[in-house]
Amino acid sequence: MRLTIEGARVIDPASQFDEITDLHIAAGHIQAIGAAPEGFNASQRIDARGLIACPGLVDLNVALREPGHSRKGNIASETRAAAAGGVTTLCCPPDTRPVLDTPAVAELILDRSQAAGNARVLPIGALTKGLEGEQLSELVALRDAGCVAFTQGLTPMAGNRILRRSLEYAATFDLTIILTPQDADLAEGGMAHEGPTASRLGLVGIPESAETVALARDLLLIEQTGVRAHFSGLTSARAMDMLATAQARGLPVTADVAAYQLLLCDEDLVGFSSQLHVMPPLRSAADRRALREAVQSGVVQAIASHHRPHEAEAKRVPFAASEPGISSVEILLPLALTLVADGLLELPAALSRVTSGPASALGLPVGIGQLQLGGAADITLFDPAQACEIGRNWLSRGSNCPFIGQGAPAAVTHTLHGGKLVYQLT
Amino acid sequence: MSLTPHHLQLNQQGQLRHFLTIEGLSRELLTELLDTADSFLEVGERAVKKVPLLRGKTVCNVFFENSTRTRTTFELAAKRLSADVLNLNISTSSTSKGETLYDTLQNLEAMAADMFVVRHGDSGAAHFIAERVCPDVAVINAGDGNHAHPTQAMLDMLTIRRHRGDFENLSVAIVGDILHSRVARSNMLALKTLGCPDIRVIAPRTLLPEGIDQYGVRVFNDLRVGLRDVDVVIMLRLQKERMQSGLLPSESEFYRLYGLTRETLALAKPDALVMHPGPINRGVEIESDVADGPQSVILKQVTYGIAVRMAVMSMAMTGQTTQRQLTQEAN
Repeated sequence: MRLTIEGARVIDPASQFDEITDLHIAAGHIQAIGAAPEGFNASQRIDARGLIACPGLVDLNVALREPGHSRKGNIASETRAAAAGGVTTLCCPPDTRPVLDTPAVAELILDRSQAAGNARVLPIGALTKGLEGEQLSELVALRDAGCVAFTQGLTPMAGNRILRRSLEYAATFDLTIILTPQDADLAEGGMAHEGPTASRLGLVGIPESAETVALARDLLLIEQTGVRAHFSGLTSARAMDMLATAQARGLPVTADVAAYQLLLCDEDLVGFSSQLHVMPPLRSAADRRALREAVQSGVVQAIASHHRPHEAEAKRVPFAASEPGISSVEILLPLALTLVADGLLELPAALSRVTSGPASALGLPVGIGQLQLGGAADITLFDPAQACEIGRNWLSRGSNCPFIGQGAPAAVTHTLHGGKLVYQLT
Repeated sequence: MSLTPHHLQLNQQGQLRHFLTIEGLSRELLTELLDTADSFLEVGERAVKKVPLLRGKTVCNVFFENSTRTRTTFELAAKRLSADVLNLNISTSSTSKGETLYDTLQNLEAMAADMFVVRHGDSGAAHFIAERVCPDVAVINAGDGNHAHPTQAMLDMLTIRRHRGDFENLSVAIVGDILHSRVARSNMLALKTLGCPDIRVIAPRTLLPEGIDQYGVRVFNDLRVGLRDVDVVIMLRLQKERMQSGLLPSESEFYRLYGLTRETLALAKPDALVMHPGPINRGVEIESDVADGPQSVILKQVTYGIAVRMAVMSMAMTGQTTQRQLTQEAN
């Protein structure tokens, strides 16, 4: 199939390209940007005047819930939701059942996502067997099976010694480690940011120090072992300071934040909506401001959805009893674009945080998160002028999203994955 | 994109339809509640202790945490209002069979319950029921996690008002485990709303919640300083678990520093009231002689608790019924 996208404002943050022009696609690849190559006869055309074309979004944290949690979602449903959100590449965390700690689970996920064909799925392997924090997974075998990085998620390591060893082992093979620092002991029993709001609501607090104590330890061990490390889902202003300081000292650490953390804060918990129960928790308004500034300055390279779909019952309980997480891959783009609306970032820079930024943070293969001649045609088209209501035609199996019913400033109109139209707004 | 909380407890005319927390309720409404409770106190003194305000209505006491005292006073209050009363101790029935809170309450609603009195270990449980499960049934919060215990707060307010007249010139001290206390949270809000100018909390830092200053209270770590010249002392119950979680070294050290004894009570005004939501730990937070002494109104609180719960129930039932009529007319 030969496809021409006509008249879009084409923005490629990686190459700083920003022009109104045409894109020509054949055999799943970008053949030309601008004039059509000689003899190129498009069999299909998309009139994209007024639309923006950018690289397909790269989302570093999307729980697909398969295998093992099919009540919450599955690979087909959640990658379809990703496509509707303009996401063409996504990383899925290892907290499946069984845990993604063997090549067999990685292969199953890759096979099923290829069969679904909605997006490129890059699995994140479990750093330790069963995520139990005691024994290393076979990291090299997992890499060979397609895992692009390794994480322990929020489950704690048995001790600092095993953490240090695992970073050292990963460094030996130049593997990337993803860390979500939260000291399990300081966070014990907590479900909301420790602060005035949690106090008033009688919710057990998670102090900021649960994050910063673990982050300080992690930074020291990263420096000592020389491992390639990425921090996922940081929440506090203090963590942003510590990260910036480490980067200034030359430590090659990168970070992403959850998109919803840029909009919500602990004060929104008044009313006890279980839809706002997330982990790590929503922090203070001041923390939120610091997160937005860190995304603006580039200390944080990536915005990820931290998509966590749930069945209705998981949230149809009091706040404290509910399972944490928001279904959000479908609204990654509009959430990120609020930074443009609020004047923090120009559109190309904002787009970099959901395309080239995350791709380079994890060192993903060249071509992902950018528009490259000869590269895979992963392209997202969106209408920056078309407001839409969030939740109309919702595709994720989890409708646990506090933004449903609200207006979004922009709408994804088309998503191409490998030159194939995997989503079109109707 | 922003989220706006809405007001759950009031109907379109501003009447109480659920009673979930003191937060957001006006001074006028709290005063009306106290006035109503005052009028019900007289019912308790009559030979026939019944009024027909809730005749034909079914009140379900749904207790997910055990509490003999609170459940009994709610039961008595409902019966004095002539309601039919159903007592359910859920901790020992359905939830152990795997039924969710949602399903349990929907089933009760299907049995045409008009009011739920709910105690639950999770903060926000009563909100959840009023908002998501049974908005048309009046929901009374009988204690949710560490969040709120509004009927206890109002019976404390009634006790203070009956013994001191009003709140305008009072100093009130709340002593002990503020961090885990839904009673303290509701009391601070109620005292503030009713115009009490000097609310003090007295506790070590490990038993104080983050951001306590949002309540407009003065914080004291030293009991002997904090109690000076107060009119009312509200003691809180200290749970044994607090020692295991590293919040306190021992019961005896707590008693030595924060226990209300004849000696420490002498620092307060000579006729200062001694209150406690119960059950009391003699020799842990309060000396026996003080608990039983002439300044103690601890048993009065229990008596007033019935009148306050009658007031809350009758007001919420009226508000909920009015709302139903308003909704029907609108349709």
